[in-house]
Amino acid sequence: MKVLVAVKRVIDYNVKVRVKPDNTGVDLANVKMAMNPFCEIAVEEAVRLKEKGVATEIVVVSIGPKAAQEQIRTALALGADRGIHIETDEEVQSLQAAKLLKAVVDKEEPKLVILGKQSIDTDNNQTGQMLAALAGMPQGTFASEVVVDGDKVNVTREVDGGLVTVQLNLPAVVTTDLRLNEPRYASLPNIMKAKKKPLDTQSPADLGVDLTPRLTTLKVEAPQTRKAGIKVGSVEELVDKLKNEAKVI
Amino acid sequence: MIRDEETLNQLLDTLRRFVRERLVPSEQHVAEEDRIPDDILQEMKAMGLFGLSIPEAYGGLGLTMEEEALVAMEIGRTSPAFRSIFGTNNGIGSQGILIDGTEAQKQKYIPRLATGELISSFCLTEPDVGSDAGSLRTTAIRDGDHYVLNGTKRYITNGPEAGLFTVMARTDPDNKGAGGISAFIVEGDTPGLIRGKPDHKMGQKGAHTCDIIFDNCRVPAENIIGGREGVGFKTAMKVLDRGRLHISAVCVGVAERLLADALHFAMERVQFGKPVAEHQLIQALLADSKAESYAGRCMVLDAARQKDEGVNVSTLASCTKLFCSEMVGRVADRAVQIHGGAGYMAEYAVERFYRDVRLFRIYEGTSQIQQLVIARNMIREAQ
Repeated sequence: MKVLVAVKRVIDYNVKVRVKPDNTGVDLANVKMAMNPFCEIAVEEAVRLKEKGVATEIVVVSIGPKAAQEQIRTALALGADRGIHIETDEEVQSLQAAKLLKAVVDKEEPKLVILGKQSIDTDNNQTGQMLAALAGMPQGTFASEVVVDGDKVNVTREVDGGLVTVQLNLPAVVTTDLRLNEPRYASLPNIMKAKKKPLDTQSPADLGVDLTPRLTTLKVEAPQTRKAGIKVGSVEELVDKLKNEAKVI
Repeated sequence: MIRDEETLNQLLDTLRRFVRERLVPSEQHVAEEDRIPDDILQEMKAMGLFGLSIPEAYGGLGLTMEEEALVAMEIGRTSPAFRSIFGTNNGIGSQGILIDGTEAQKQKYIPRLATGELISSFCLTEPDVGSDAGSLRTTAIRDGDHYVLNGTKRYITNGPEAGLFTVMARTDPDNKGAGGISAFIVEGDTPGLIRGKPDHKMGQKGAHTCDIIFDNCRVPAENIIGGREGVGFKTAMKVLDRGRLHISAVCVGVAERLLADALHFAMERVQFGKPVAEHQLIQALLADSKAESYAGRCMVLDAARQKDEGVNVSTLASCTKLFCSEMVGRVADRAVQIHGGAGYMAEYAVERFYRDVRLFRIYEGTSQIQQLVIARNMIREAQ
């Protein structure tokens, strides 16, 4: 069974994000980039499926500038077999990403597509769902467990107040939640071997997708800084303030 | 060998993350238990850390000196105990066999060193022999197709854990100099090889040393490195530069870690109405430490690059080891000072590092030995 995994290059989760002074976006100059954490979980799940003998080939795809090849190489070091890089320096919004991935799905015909549920840069939580709709595939989002059973896949989903397990016919789209697995570290020898794995580069035009944005960003602002707290003299004063000022009790 | 920026960066990124997410959180536990947990040891083996300097043909990464130094700097950002367990396999524990060993010796042992299946030790130091290796007393006397080893080796790093020892012993009792010394490969379960109790050290808890006693220990003659007598000491000397640069890189990594901890503390801790980092005398401590650790980084990378180009870096390696090990001592002292009373408390990492870094000025040649090497090389070159 062939598995397609999509990975995104985003700001490293350890970096303190700074907004550009003109509020047009986030400052990306000389900022460390890394694979989106939810995409790491997607890669790990695919590698585990391969180790179990369920998956036979893992193809990893990324959309982005030339440097996005670093994230593809990381996925190859973790155990993916080959990479597809859709190279563009343009801003790619969820729908355009989904269309590009749909074109790759048409060509590769994977049985299972695994994506992160969202990327930590824009937090849109849309691409997987849009891809499923465009490709006419069933979807299992926010997966905390994925069990392939013949020509079906059982996906346990984390929803408010509990878990829901759905059964999907393959081919299907699955998006990963945080607790699906704990991604491994690539071993240093595998990082070096990943250099020799095939990586194919294509352009959005090759895939016939128009990247014109449908949404316009008006303004980006940093979250408000937290105001300093106050010290209260007694429990009575605390209760009084909670009741009459904060009005929470 | 990588020689490719993208792959090297990926390797360093992975390592930085492994250190930050896996090793740093267990530092305190390792120090308290005086032991690296098995799961972490397995992860370190799986990552390939035991084969950094071992050629790819034998299952290692075959890193250049510069690449190895960059890796050592990343590893330096956590407790030196972690580095110690794989340090010998990348250095004196494997390099002797790699440089002078026969192909059969390499095939038999090096791949198992690269994976960490075997942990190696290097036995040179004796109760009365330190850097003056020429006065070595352990003997290896030929008896048929074996050599019989007798003598005591002291402060042997990874002695309690090692499955393979490279042992320096005198094969020619009449030759009192370095030429009478040969190097032997001795497997850990050889009868007559006795391990002493682990030493009680000042710091670097989790890394172990002990005496290794050879009591009529019979070693097959084929285990003499290079297949002939008298090359042992030269073997040891050939790997010194690499080891010194490696330790220097670790010193730089530790200094950077200490400085990061000290800076973080100084920006949080408030005295006289503002963070102590805004007090000028604290700023001087921070700035001096930054300048010195940067100087150390530059020295290590410059010397490593020259070594990779084939230049004899004996003097530069000693200069680097001398400066970096002394530098990290000063940085550790300042880091404790910046922490104030907290710096004397075991709950802050700087207290532990302060003790850990003391060893850097002593092993792989003391600062005084480095001074001698540097000055003697200068004089020899000027003659």
